[in-house]
Amino acid sequence: MSRIRATWERLQAEKRRALILYLPVGFPERESLLELVPQLVAAGADMIELGVPFSDPVAEGTTIQAATQRALRNGVSVRYCLETVRTLRERGIDVPLLLMGYLNPMLRYGLAQFCADAQRAGVDGLIFPDLPPEESDELLAASRAHGLELIQFLAPTSTEARIAHVTEHATGFIYCVAVKGVTGARDEVSAELPEFMARVRARTKTPLAVGFGISQPHHAHQVAQLADGIIVGSALINVVAQAGDVMGFVRGLREAIDAAPVNSP
Amino acid sequence: MATATTVGRFGPYGGAYVPETLMPALLELQQAYVELQSNSSFYAELDHLQRTYTGRPTPITYAQRLTEECGGAQIYLKREDLAHTGAHKINNALGQGLLAKRMGKERVIAETGAGQHGVATATVCALLGLECVVYMGTEDMQRQRPNVFRMRLLGAEVRGVNSGSCTLKDAINEAMRDWVANPDSYYLLGSALGPHPYPTMVRDFQSVIGHEAREQMLERTGKLPDVVVACVGGGSNAIGIFYPFLQDADVALRGVEAGGFGPQTSKHAARFAGGLPGVLQGTYSYVLQDEDGQIALTHSVSAGLDYASVGPEHAMLHDSGRASYTLATDDEALAAFQTLCRTEGIIPALESAHAVAEAIKLAPTLTADQVILVNLSGRGDKDIFTVADQLGVTI
Repeated sequence: MSRIRATWERLQAEKRRALILYLPVGFPERESLLELVPQLVAAGADMIELGVPFSDPVAEGTTIQAATQRALRNGVSVRYCLETVRTLRERGIDVPLLLMGYLNPMLRYGLAQFCADAQRAGVDGLIFPDLPPEESDELLAASRAHGLELIQFLAPTSTEARIAHVTEHATGFIYCVAVKGVTGARDEVSAELPEFMARVRARTKTPLAVGFGISQPHHAHQVAQLADGIIVGSALINVVAQAGDVMGFVRGLREAIDAAPVNSP
Repeated sequence: MATATTVGRFGPYGGAYVPETLMPALLELQQAYVELQSNSSFYAELDHLQRTYTGRPTPITYAQRLTEECGGAQIYLKREDLAHTGAHKINNALGQGLLAKRMGKERVIAETGAGQHGVATATVCALLGLECVVYMGTEDMQRQRPNVFRMRLLGAEVRGVNSGSCTLKDAINEAMRDWVANPDSYYLLGSALGPHPYPTMVRDFQSVIGHEAREQMLERTGKLPDVVVACVGGGSNAIGIFYPFLQDADVALRGVEAGGFGPQTSKHAARFAGGLPGVLQGTYSYVLQDEDGQIALTHSVSAGLDYASVGPEHAMLHDSGRASYTLATDDEALAAFQTLCRTEGIIPALESAHAVAEAIKLAPTLTADQVILVNLSGRGDKDIFTVADQLGVTI
């Protein structure tokens, strides 16, 4: 059984929801994730998304743009991202690790080669914000061939037909975008979220993880009542960038999620 | 949806690589554009405005003194510089602006490089009573400041973009981010690139250039031109003039990319000389990139050609050989700019000067009975600061 699937089964049995954290590889320093990821896991993260930096990330707000630009200046390549995963595995990190990036660097690497090398390094899943289902056949085939789960997105703007298609083909989990907009911390959780989540939930038993704009424990607490997983990226980057208490921040999210009543199946 | 569609593909190129949040808006646009094809009242309105507002058809001019100076083929100019707002960009802005209005949109987003598309969009939004936000790289705002002021006079909000190279590519990123946050807005993309349906739609609205030119050349010279030359940034003026000639096998089509400091340096925007197929800003085409797939920083003296990718239909025409692509360096474009001023009394846009530079190279290699048609895509008033700077003159 895949690590991602096993994680969901364990969480379901424990009636808990997943805390999924995003950090770009190579931020703030080239090797920072080797220290940060074990801290995130120790503080309660269930899965980690490692950002593969790209020069032109159209779905990202200013926080992730600045962080990934810095990572690029630190010389981070696709190859180095794979190396980082391999090193984390060697050091005993056994939570699901997903690579999140944009298509072009993987195309340049070669999709089949990339999936083969990702599997060998210990990657469990892939997330590409610029790859809608219409364009994902080739990567879907390559990722399946190498036991990787390609995570698909749904957004509040997704039509019923798109929700039906994605829920039918989803593996791992579905990444539900909480807002109309790019990534980045926001003051409030979108008022549209409950209705959107209900539309998706009605069609699938696949775990639903919500991301974009979740920055505070009380957001996480709120979203945890609608979702199976909570994804936090930009807010965590801000804590790391300010050399703040990373483990304290993650523990705060963990407690807020665990304290939320379980409403989802 | 289970299999990749061939709609919106040019050979292997094109497609729609955008975040899920935008897909419904793109599909709505695709549908609206398909429905438009059978809507005669739309095309009657567009035609009326092209005649009474844009000033179409634009003339063709025989460049007699330039022809004599070069020796060889006769050089004709398709005068898109005489269209309202001073460039071909109005053709697309007007078509898409009318479409936006019919779709009930109230807010329009656009990006601009040289500022010509921004000015055209601001103009059309003023004409149609639409709110207009234009994203422009701060580097481009500096080198094209007359256009920034023009856009503001026309009632548009110009937002400076301070990321990456602060040029067209970065302005498109910001416009797309705005659209992700405001999917009810209309994104009026200015070139034949980006996700489907833009490359097709922009080509269709720009094809008026080639349809007119083909007819005008037949009327004027009794035959089709031997070569059609156009500069290629995103490639909208080029595809606009090429497209109606595609079936004319005897007409050579030649696109001219920005050679910057030369293709042997890293400071250029010649995608077909140094790029590889990849995905940038929603479309699969030739992209200037490094060995890790990061998008390269480009350079050109002309802001409108300073872009790391190229419209996907050009990628297909390049691979099939139906069109050939060459480049003109900054120096060649500047020389051609001055030559056209001096010989014809026409100040061309620096973008268009790249096409003129190629005609100047090409003419002496052809005979006097042969004809080169250059798409003079825009006028150069906006470029006088840049040119003065390059010539070491203070104005």
